[in-house]
Amino acid sequence: MSVMSTLARAQAVAAGRAQPLATVRHRWLSQRPMVLVPLTTAGEVGAPLGALVGTDRDAPRLLVVPQPRDRDLRAAFLAELAGVVLPYLTSYEDEVAGEPGRETDPQTGKKVAVERELCVDAPQLVVPNPAGAEYVRLLGRATRFRRTAEEDPAEPYPAPSQVPLLGRWFTHYGERARTPGSALLVSATELLTRHWATGQSNLEDQHLGALLAWIDPPPGSTGPVAAARAQTGRGPDGLLLSPPAGPATDPVFDNRVLAPAMSAYDAARTAGHDPSAAAGRVRALLESQLRPAWDDVWRALDLLRALPAGGHVEDRWKRDRWSYTGHRDRVRAGEPPQPRRDDAVAAAQKLAGRETAQARLEAGEALDDPLVMAERRLVGEAFAGPVTESVLEYSPPPRPRPRPLVTVATDDRPHLEEGVRVYRALPEGRCQEAEFLGSPRPGLLCLRVLNGMGRGKEPDPGTVPQPGDATCWTLFEHAPRGGAELPDAEATPWTHGGPPTAFSSGVPAAADPADDVTVEDYL
Amino acid sequence: MTGTAEPARNDEDFDPGAAAALATGRILHDTRQGTKRGVVVDSPPGAGKSTLVVRAARELADSGEQLMIVAQTNAQVDDLTDRLATADPGLAIGRLHGTDSPPDPALDRHPQVARSPKVAELRGRQVVIATAAKWGFVKDVEPWRHAIVDEAYQMRSDALLRVAGLFERALFVGDPGQLDPFSVVGAEQWAGLSYDPSASAVVTLLAHNPDLPQHRLPVSWRLPASAAPLISDAFYPDTRFRSGTGPGDRLMSFTGPGDGGAADRVLDEAAAAGWGLLELPARFTPRTDPEAVGAVAAVVRRLLERGGRTVSERSPQPQPVTADRVAVGTAHRDQAAAVRSALARLGVTGVTVDTANRLQGREFDVTVVLHPLSGRPDATAFHLETGRLCVLASRHRHACVVVCRAGVDTLLDDHPSTEPLQLGVAVKFPDGWEANHAVLALLAEHRVRWDG
Repeated sequence: MSVMSTLARAQAVAAGRAQPLATVRHRWLSQRPMVLVPLTTAGEVGAPLGALVGTDRDAPRLLVVPQPRDRDLRAAFLAELAGVVLPYLTSYEDEVAGEPGRETDPQTGKKVAVERELCVDAPQLVVPNPAGAEYVRLLGRATRFRRTAEEDPAEPYPAPSQVPLLGRWFTHYGERARTPGSALLVSATELLTRHWATGQSNLEDQHLGALLAWIDPPPGSTGPVAAARAQTGRGPDGLLLSPPAGPATDPVFDNRVLAPAMSAYDAARTAGHDPSAAAGRVRALLESQLRPAWDDVWRALDLLRALPAGGHVEDRWKRDRWSYTGHRDRVRAGEPPQPRRDDAVAAAQKLAGRETAQARLEAGEALDDPLVMAERRLVGEAFAGPVTESVLEYSPPPRPRPRPLVTVATDDRPHLEEGVRVYRALPEGRCQEAEFLGSPRPGLLCLRVLNGMGRGKEPDPGTVPQPGDATCWTLFEHAPRGGAELPDAEATPWTHGGPPTAFSSGVPAAADPADDVTVEDYL
Repeated sequence: MTGTAEPARNDEDFDPGAAAALATGRILHDTRQGTKRGVVVDSPPGAGKSTLVVRAARELADSGEQLMIVAQTNAQVDDLTDRLATADPGLAIGRLHGTDSPPDPALDRHPQVARSPKVAELRGRQVVIATAAKWGFVKDVEPWRHAIVDEAYQMRSDALLRVAGLFERALFVGDPGQLDPFSVVGAEQWAGLSYDPSASAVVTLLAHNPDLPQHRLPVSWRLPASAAPLISDAFYPDTRFRSGTGPGDRLMSFTGPGDGGAADRVLDEAAAAGWGLLELPARFTPRTDPEAVGAVAAVVRRLLERGGRTVSERSPQPQPVTADRVAVGTAHRDQAAAVRSALARLGVTGVTVDTANRLQGREFDVTVVLHPLSGRPDATAFHLETGRLCVLASRHRHACVVVCRAGVDTLLDDHPSTEPLQLGVAVKFPDGWEANHAVLALLAEHRVRWDG
């Protein structure tokens, strides 16, 4: 935790309400997000219990599994979920714009200009917390390899027709969510904790109700009081006033009301009665648990929307749109679902992409937000101050180019050594580089500006900092590039086990054999 | 481990020179005549890893082979190029570099070293050297028959994936006890996979090629007899090594008298015993603990003021401990910056002050270490990392002074390792918790209390 965020937390404790960590919004928010609040069954991994889902905050769709151990009901739930989610996810597929790019021509091997399709917008899924995002990933893993009756008529337990496709989209969204700064799948608590510091622990911040209580306490209350009520307050029925935002449920709720309702449902079915009344009771119970979280997620979105978007947010969303478009193309091309495990090249590619995204995100957030930049200045990764002197010098002949010497006065203490490159954003957004020459006396830093001054012998107007100009220089690059390309999967070297079997044998790999059945399987 | 015998401890007949020569001979044999595609060499601190790399490169070149060398940082590449060119002025070396990172101008004195950012201009040289990052961009070139990968334990698996297509077989050399490579983003989803891209290159290599010959260098020529047993026991319990010099071979003394202050007393202790612990009163502090930073600076200043003298196997005549033979090691960059400015205020210049990451592979006569856990209220995985303490405690030829707040032993007991266990990931021994305790127990025997 940085000194700044520690300070903000201490101030939040003192003030009794959350303190801002950002002056702008650092994540993209869609105009029409789909909110998904899933619940899972206690003690049964991957058995959904219910969900509220939809794009209209006043009209969520309630999906319920009245008996989660019944696989048919579970399949019906997934089919219903696919019926709500897939139309939303695919509704952005067809509105596209041409995006200029360069591709290697397979015949000549030369780079040629091409125009590629890019979806102009993309669907955004919002879940209450990281555990919710993890649940989306889990559902994706559980369903993307299922076979439907159309695919395989001999399949003894065919999945409803849209379910494997839902699994592929959930898998894609779940993986994309691991990319720093991405916004296809976001969680409300992560969005809020990026922008506000509360006076409670990181663990407590995972409770959406308590987090909102700190950020926006009800009139007449304070953050800690409202948060304590959200976390532990119970009504006369013994149930939590603010139920957890899923996927796990409150054990008191499970034991005291849910279990009897499910037993009643089971009893009705066993007795051959119409179970719809009992099912309705389970529905009502789950809605009572889901609705507060649903409303909280929308409240979180309201709070975040009140912040103006940072300058680099749109650029990051464009990368998300590329990610969405790419998955759309893979589905349309009839490619198989994402493999169970990444191969060596795919894993390295993802890691490299995420590291570049992380570096870009950190730079972009600092440039967009003086509060974030202050944090970087405090740890010696940036410095700001007025220019005290600017002398126009030139590089040596034969091609003299402007290399102005600029002196900056600052109280910041950057970790600079002679020859280190520093960067600043020019007013129109380009990045200018300079070299640190030395510190003539404490508080003064001497730089030589290296570029960003146009092509002429004289620097373009406004590109050389002048005495009195307020400047802010960073030791980190503004648009860090990724590393070298990775080999193709079929060229995986011997050090990494050689090409995956799919390539070496010339035929697509069969599914991994199932694990052996052990005695534990019959517990 | 195959190939080398366990060096006997307390064995009067142990001949470090012969043991090292035997190990080197086996390594070179496997490299030149072995049937496997790779050879892995584990090298404890200061065991002559660079010497081995230079020798292997020269022997391969002498036998008419062309080879490529992969190192991890530009400084390592420049250093290796310099050693290679100095050792063999007739060797045609190519120094491949990035367009933005020209090589050290000190290489200008070797006319045999050709420099270029383009591999095609260097492909004909006997040896081509570059960083792993630069090699990653090389393509469309005829693969080399041989490669040497230096600091292979600090190389990430994904970096090896990028370059392994450039060579047929390779000698991997590195120190398993130093800092592991890391990633700034989470990589847990690949934990346990043999090719986890965030793991060390050697881990991936051996997971896929378990039958590769593995050797180790059995003698540390850097560490004095006072330090080798501790470093070996605490950080290399399964692959012990010995110091190349005996108890009386390295001596350190001062020409100026001590003033009786804590800094002088801890320096006297370190000169006599090889270790000194300067203990400050227990207290929770910010990372840049001003008192501890001041104590570090005071020790360094007194060391230089009192005119340290060393006698070693290199020179029987006493040699002065000059500023360039002294280093200060810290865990964090802001701590290093604080020590630098404290030294500047005392008028001390020329002393290397850096973090453990940047001190890896370097050697000094005396080191002053700000303990990574000093003044902390918690012990995180970062601060407990075995490699960090190992690097800091194994840079010296003569003496090491550790500056630390009291209470680290209780802190350790309050914070047992709680990192999640990942399926399929080999548990690394020893863990940082245990290694920290081992080092603290030894340091406690050389304790001097700071009196302000």
